[in-house]
Amino acid sequence: MNKQVCTFNLGDTLFGVDVPVIQEVLRPQAMTRVPLAPSVVRGLINLRGQILTAIDLRERLSMPPAPAGVEGMNLVVRLSEDTVSFLVDDVGEVLDLEAEQFEETPPTLSKALSEVTSGVYKLSDKLLLLLNVNAAAVPREEEPNFIPQPLNSSL
Amino acid sequence: MAANDNNDIIQEFLAETRENMDQMERDLMVWEKQPGDRETLDRIFRAVHTLKGTCGFLSFSKLEGIAHQAENLLSHVREQKRAVDPKVVTVLLQVLDAVRRNLSKIERTGSEDPQIFGSVLAELQTLQSETTETPANAVLELEEESPRATATENSLRVEVGLLDRLMNLVGELVLTRNQISQIGISEENPSLTSASQKLSHITSELQASIMKTRLQPIGNVWSKFPRLVRDAAMAGGKKIRIEMTGQQTELDKSIIEAIKDPLTHLIRNCIDHGIEIPERRMAAGKPEEGVIRLKAFHEGGLVLVEISDDGAGIRPELIREAALRRGLITTAKADVMTDHDLIQLIFVPGFSTAREVTMLSGRGVGMDVVKTNLERISGTIDVISTLGEGTQFKIKLPLTLAIIPALLVKSGGERFAIPQLSLLELIRLDGAKAEQKIEWIDDVPVYRLRGRLLPLVYLNEELKLAKRHEPGPEESVNIIVLESHNGPFGLIVDEVRDTEEIVVKPLGRQLKSLSVFAGATIMGDGGVVLILDVMGLAQKVRPGETVEQRQAQKRARAEEAATPVDTGENLLLFQLGDSSRWAVELSDVTRLEEFYAHEIERAGTVPVVQYRGQIMLLMPLQQLLMPTGERWQPEFSADKLQVIVHSRNGVCYGLLVDRIIDIAREPLVLQRQKSSVGVLGSIVIQRQVTQIIDIETLVKLGTVAEEIDGIRKN
Repeated sequence: MNKQVCTFNLGDTLFGVDVPVIQEVLRPQAMTRVPLAPSVVRGLINLRGQILTAIDLRERLSMPPAPAGVEGMNLVVRLSEDTVSFLVDDVGEVLDLEAEQFEETPPTLSKALSEVTSGVYKLSDKLLLLLNVNAAAVPREEEPNFIPQPLNSSL
Repeated sequence: MAANDNNDIIQEFLAETRENMDQMERDLMVWEKQPGDRETLDRIFRAVHTLKGTCGFLSFSKLEGIAHQAENLLSHVREQKRAVDPKVVTVLLQVLDAVRRNLSKIERTGSEDPQIFGSVLAELQTLQSETTETPANAVLELEEESPRATATENSLRVEVGLLDRLMNLVGELVLTRNQISQIGISEENPSLTSASQKLSHITSELQASIMKTRLQPIGNVWSKFPRLVRDAAMAGGKKIRIEMTGQQTELDKSIIEAIKDPLTHLIRNCIDHGIEIPERRMAAGKPEEGVIRLKAFHEGGLVLVEISDDGAGIRPELIREAALRRGLITTAKADVMTDHDLIQLIFVPGFSTAREVTMLSGRGVGMDVVKTNLERISGTIDVISTLGEGTQFKIKLPLTLAIIPALLVKSGGERFAIPQLSLLELIRLDGAKAEQKIEWIDDVPVYRLRGRLLPLVYLNEELKLAKRHEPGPEESVNIIVLESHNGPFGLIVDEVRDTEEIVVKPLGRQLKSLSVFAGATIMGDGGVVLILDVMGLAQKVRPGETVEQRQAQKRARAEEAATPVDTGENLLLFQLGDSSRWAVELSDVTRLEEFYAHEIERAGTVPVVQYRGQIMLLMPLQQLLMPTGERWQPEFSADKLQVIVHSRNGVCYGLLVDRIIDIAREPLVLQRQKSSVGVLGSIVIQRQVTQIIDIETLVKLGTVAEEIDGIRKN
């Protein structure tokens, strides 16, 4: 089964998302923070009247925050129930992949990573992890709430 | 015929037949009451006939068969071979139900249920055989008529999803329009400005029209009730009729759907437990037939639905006993609770399962569910009951869930929207001692609101937002008093902004678990603002609170306002001259005072009185409102003068009236607007035409009179 994927980077790791589910790619957007939200939720974006939840993929994969200078991009993806925006370091190109290049995710992969990938494509020079968009849109389990500052109890 | 085409035809057949059946159900209800109504009978006949025809065409033979039998029965009635009695209506209703069941079966499986009409068919035939002669086939004089022709010409079915998309697009258009008008202004280009103004008008109109497409008359839900009342009353051996007013009141489709079950439950309650059996009603001197009244109307951007019966009413002492037995309240609390408060206990979860209550007075089964379901769509419910006279449920609903009026606030540097429906009042503590007015019990902040403790919540703490800064000693404090099912609480925010109509958009599933937010909206500047869920917030606020405490809160509210239930304005009624009735909004009244005539002095020709260290201007209302040319002259007698004190910007004004009559609570819907200067309009209170004064204008008039007098004197 051949397919087209759009690639993106998180640090040194190359990922791919099925082209048909991608709605659009956006530059960094103004965002409204959501208090008490799971930490993977960076905020809400107004995309032409549609309110999107922006999901920080680095946070979702338990990766450190992007280094300074990385502006990031929004990869807007249509899921079965709603539409979300994944925040990634940058968006690459569209690749045609052959079924022969595909392999299951190795069982030794970290839980954070294996949870959200549905397989690996072997490219000539590197490996591409296929993102399972529906799994990636769900916050990690037993997530502590986002607390930017300790409570001010002197009020 | 291609499978797809066929499917389309069947879908259309199902939708149309269902509509037909709904109409027939309504007609049957009317017909039963007025069996001589030939027109209704003809409509029922046509519905059955149409069913027979289309089913024949689509070869649903069972449906066709039953329609044929029903048609025969009806033609007997038309030919007056058989009288209309409840039996006929009952069997036709059974036919209707069976047809509906069969339609569902066809929808699911594509074919008919062969067994479905067995017993109904038998009954139909029995009824037919009771007639003297049975024609082999009914003669139809209406063959040529196409009953649905007019309906289809003027309306068409549209998918709700499409309307939602249109709604979204219009919201987008509004934002774009805002941007364009901004550009128009900054470019100082007159032709662009005028074009953008035109765009603005069109967009607003378009938005309003599209919103309207989602509105449906509440009558759509109510149409099921006559049948419900008929069947349940018959089963319970009662005589009940249902009266409906305001069927045309429109509500958003989603709300219409959400209130169907709660309303059904309430009506069942009225039938089962409210209205007495005929013997008991006669014994109580009431007409044998009980009445359930449904009323819907718009008020203040909300829709009010009232369901009332003229039954036995709820006995507060039985509720009290049951609540005590269940440990929902303590004896001490119960002793100070008003009857009205006690009756509200039927909405408390845990009260509902009480078997004794069901047997004693009835109300209570599943009432907590009714309340929760209404609260889910931001509605509220209240119950009023008079022993022996009946019970009334009052429901307040938002017009639409999609667009709601909301108050915008700021806390911790972020904007939030609060639905107006749960807003009770805004309090602003100003000046040096603002912070000191907030007191602490342990670590819980409270504020004394008219002598009652109002629990407070700091929004920024609740949302774990950074505090903007420590409030300085001169800083004012904004408290938003919100209604929740556990009573009122105060939300402290940094800033209170405007009220705006906002379009509610749902949050993604990643955020569904956050009970403090009801959704999000997009502001004119394109920014996203979260909408607070007052219910969710209230739960976070007082999780450990007991029912007893809640009731104490409720009592506190009830004591604050004599009639906390209804939605009217408190009006002070007074008399001018011999008989004319006037009213002023009680909120404009500071105090009522009496002065002896000799206490009145004059500044120029204007009457004044010394009052609380001020010189208070007295305004003879009769002269201002009903000028007869005479200057008001106080008679130096021992008579006391009645004065309504109104204060504005720290200055007191005394309105001289002839007699204070009463305080009434009435919805301020003016029947006649602005009949003359100083008058807002008139309404009917206690069956008398009463004019509402425009206090703002009057104060201006009074002050001007004072100045003129001052000039004259000089």
